[in-house]
Amino acid sequence: MKDSTDRIADPWGGRTPYPPGAAWPARTDTHLAAGVTPAAVDRWVQSASLLHSNGDAMDIAVKDGRIVGVRGRADDRVNRGRLGPKDLFGWQANASPDRLTRPLVREGGRLVESGWDTAMGRIVARSKELLRERGPGSIGFYTTGQLFLEEYYTLAVIARAGIGTNHLDGNTRLCTATAGEALKETFGCDGQPGSYADIDHADTIALFGHNMAETQPVLWMRVLDRLAGPDAPRLLCVDPRPTRVARHAAVHLAPRAGTNVALLNALLHELIRTDRVDHAYVEAHCVGFDELAARVADCTAEWAAAICDVPARTITEAAELLGSAERLLSTVLQGFYQSHQATAAAVQVNNLHLLRGMLGRPGCGLLQMNGQPTAQNTRECGANGDLPGFRNWENEQHVADLARIWNVAPEKIPHYAPPTPAMQMFRFAEQGSIRMLWISGTNPAVSLPELHRIRDILGQDRLFTVVQDLFLTETAQLADVVLPAATWGEKTGTFTNADRTVHLSDKAVEPPGEARPDLDIFLDYARRMDFRDKDDGPLITWHDPQSAFQAWQKCSAGRPCDYTGLSYDGLRGGSGIQWPCTEQAPDGTERLYTDGPAWAHAEACESFGKDLVTGAPVTEVEYRALNPDGKAVIKAAEYLPPHEDTSEEYPLQLNTGRTIYHFHTRTKTGRVPQLDSAAPDVWAEMSAAEAAARDLREGDLVEVSTPRGAVAARLRITAIRDGMVFLPFHYGYWDTAEGHRPAPDTAGRAANETTVTDWDPASKQPLYKTAAARVALLRRTDGTPGPAPTTTASAPLDPGSAPATTGGPAAHATQHTDDEEGTRP
Amino acid sequence: MSGITLVLKALHHGERDLEEELLKAAERHRTDHEIHHVATDIARWSHEHAARLADTGRHYGLDLSGPADDPSPGFLATLREKAAEAVGRRPEPGLLLLHDLRDLHLAATGNSLHWEMLAQAARATTDSRLLDLATACHPQTLRQMRWTNSMIKTLSPQLITSV
Repeated sequence: MKDSTDRIADPWGGRTPYPPGAAWPARTDTHLAAGVTPAAVDRWVQSASLLHSNGDAMDIAVKDGRIVGVRGRADDRVNRGRLGPKDLFGWQANASPDRLTRPLVREGGRLVESGWDTAMGRIVARSKELLRERGPGSIGFYTTGQLFLEEYYTLAVIARAGIGTNHLDGNTRLCTATAGEALKETFGCDGQPGSYADIDHADTIALFGHNMAETQPVLWMRVLDRLAGPDAPRLLCVDPRPTRVARHAAVHLAPRAGTNVALLNALLHELIRTDRVDHAYVEAHCVGFDELAARVADCTAEWAAAICDVPARTITEAAELLGSAERLLSTVLQGFYQSHQATAAAVQVNNLHLLRGMLGRPGCGLLQMNGQPTAQNTRECGANGDLPGFRNWENEQHVADLARIWNVAPEKIPHYAPPTPAMQMFRFAEQGSIRMLWISGTNPAVSLPELHRIRDILGQDRLFTVVQDLFLTETAQLADVVLPAATWGEKTGTFTNADRTVHLSDKAVEPPGEARPDLDIFLDYARRMDFRDKDDGPLITWHDPQSAFQAWQKCSAGRPCDYTGLSYDGLRGGSGIQWPCTEQAPDGTERLYTDGPAWAHAEACESFGKDLVTGAPVTEVEYRALNPDGKAVIKAAEYLPPHEDTSEEYPLQLNTGRTIYHFHTRTKTGRVPQLDSAAPDVWAEMSAAEAAARDLREGDLVEVSTPRGAVAARLRITAIRDGMVFLPFHYGYWDTAEGHRPAPDTAGRAANETTVTDWDPASKQPLYKTAAARVALLRRTDGTPGPAPTTTASAPLDPGSAPATTGGPAAHATQHTDDEEGTRP
Repeated sequence: MSGITLVLKALHHGERDLEEELLKAAERHRTDHEIHHVATDIARWSHEHAARLADTGRHYGLDLSGPADDPSPGFLATLREKAAEAVGRRPEPGLLLLHDLRDLHLAATGNSLHWEMLAQAARATTDSRLLDLATACHPQTLRQMRWTNSMIKTLSPQLITSV
């Protein structure tokens, strides 16, 4: 089969059904620029997706020194050749005419072009001045989930052992911090227990706050292909919105925002009540069962139904589905991670699997998902508020080990307190104790909560801000120095997806103008700062991606994320490989914990855990007493009401989230014609009942406001639960007249004008899905429907009320399947 | 009044006081968002403890359901004054936060010691009602202590060295 379809209108493409236990058939998706044929391509360069966390393997088509398209890699374990809409079209952003091509420095209040020497000279001068006068605690680094492993590792060494600061975090804090924390709480260590291949085997797939259809479209294609085949799995969906996942679910629960722990406690209650517990597994591999049983003893379905506002009968049906599964795969994402009691809720999903003994076997998977493509790398390299190699900052041996690898004194590595999470770094900058903030590859002026506050912080005179990015983002417009960075396709490096699959991404073309790879920028800074080890040698001993990778391999050796069996040569030409990959496991490791937890011993673990309500670390002594044999920890949690509840003044719950067509703050996807026109502007979603109660109609311009700010958006009426209003979070101001903020005295466009500054105390992840809001009419529609896509969770309740989202000829991609393989696996 | 009623009374006072102090600190440090939210959340524990103490107190002839006692010029009040003086001289809000956390920690520690006394007396008199109460509540008091302690540990390096 070879055909061409509009992949904006049909983001998931055609089906290749397959039965349980079979290999997922290959389907090669290709999109080339108009007029370019595969035969005309000069060369194909190996890479993987950088616009979501799935890690879809692809080849970049290069012609005359320019990127002209992409093609999925059919032999890759992650995508078997498939690509999502962002993969297919996103590469065009690289060639945008408004790329930054020269460094900018602030002169007389304005950003003006300069050379690298001037720009780096200013950064180095300020760094040295601050180190001399205020110490390393005055300098912070805020990075992204979109750089490469080699870049994060280099940045981690610079920050921890060069500057000696505790202040280094990634914007993965906003998307994946809870995934990492939940794994640490349960297994003592980060690292995904499951594998994407578990979809091939599962008989039940439970998605907790995970709109997989839009966040990992290629993974969703795998689920769709199972659903289309014989012995299809049954789906459980927990989501307040009518996502594609919800439409395919056997059971759909749409709870009130902020009540996930109550819901999960009721599910656990039901499993224990009906004795759907694998007692042998729990006995052999877990501690804490009795405490959990006591904690959920009163959490009946009726109790949770009253809190969550879902039918008690549906909760028992969900429990029945989970309880009768023989091969259960669960996935968790932002519906849990960015909501009230984030870690507590995510940990309860781990508990489900421990209770049922559903780990370490095909189909018995647990995926605490990532929101960003290289989020896993920030976690393992220690660029996210952990120490590199999943080392424990409270374990002197781990710190000594790191000091030996870096050849520095252990005291040089700040470990007197936990590394500072992003939201606290911004608080320190607000207070004036952080005076320099180096922001690489992210856009906090759109992505952090309560934007007027963030703009105030970034706009302070006393804060010296460096922004390293591709474009003059909202954040870059507030910077003192702007460094033009090279991006995907313009530099070489590796990155790792949510199921531990490592891919190599090779350089395909030259970056524009004087733009430089992030690795080169960090290495240049280290050189100019003259960071030294304890023998007065250079602290950073590597000079290019491959030597940085080799340095990281040494750091990862013997830890769960062991990369020592990997190499550029091994990855090049081949397919993705899952860590740990060692001499003993040269092909990588598909599932962790096949013989029970392996990294939970006090000597080995990354963390002794935290109190799920207060975030206070558990001490080593307590941990040893609780878990002397290094088993998995079943950690109970009490439900707490959300911090900001609805009121007469603000009667609706505000929810924010993504659409399939955009990534993060639209820095790239907003510059891609097919993606931009599929979802061109912010919208607000409400149910028909809530709209009717306010006399609102499809397409009306409404103001969504909270105590912190307001957004003006056109209304889309969907099947979302009552009592809620939803805003997509991608939209900012770079493509408006104001540039980085709303026009004076008007409602904004960025959802985060309205969101609350509050974070989960354990994972420190901001809560973007917990706020109270009101909606008022600004202007009656002229008949134009809301700008929301009709293909996704934002589909109109009345299909006739908005024209179908399509991409036209420019959005066509070919999909090629080998029928022999495709229909008879 | 028996020894047990004295401890119950002191503990009831201590829990109500800690609830109030946590809520005050939450207000005062509204812009330190984690402090604000967590202090509000765990003030709830002290509220529950005070209610359970009042309930249990009835079995020992105590009426603890009335308004809070006037703050006595005791240990806590003295500490508050000292903190205020310190803050008066050094107006940085970060230092005020550390002082408040220190006060909260000491208040929770005081309650913890009272819970310990109560549990020990309950064991000595085989009073299961009191032992159950202490067993249910004391762990949450310990969590309040661990939180204040860990926030002091985390924030001190930055807040003290930056002024």
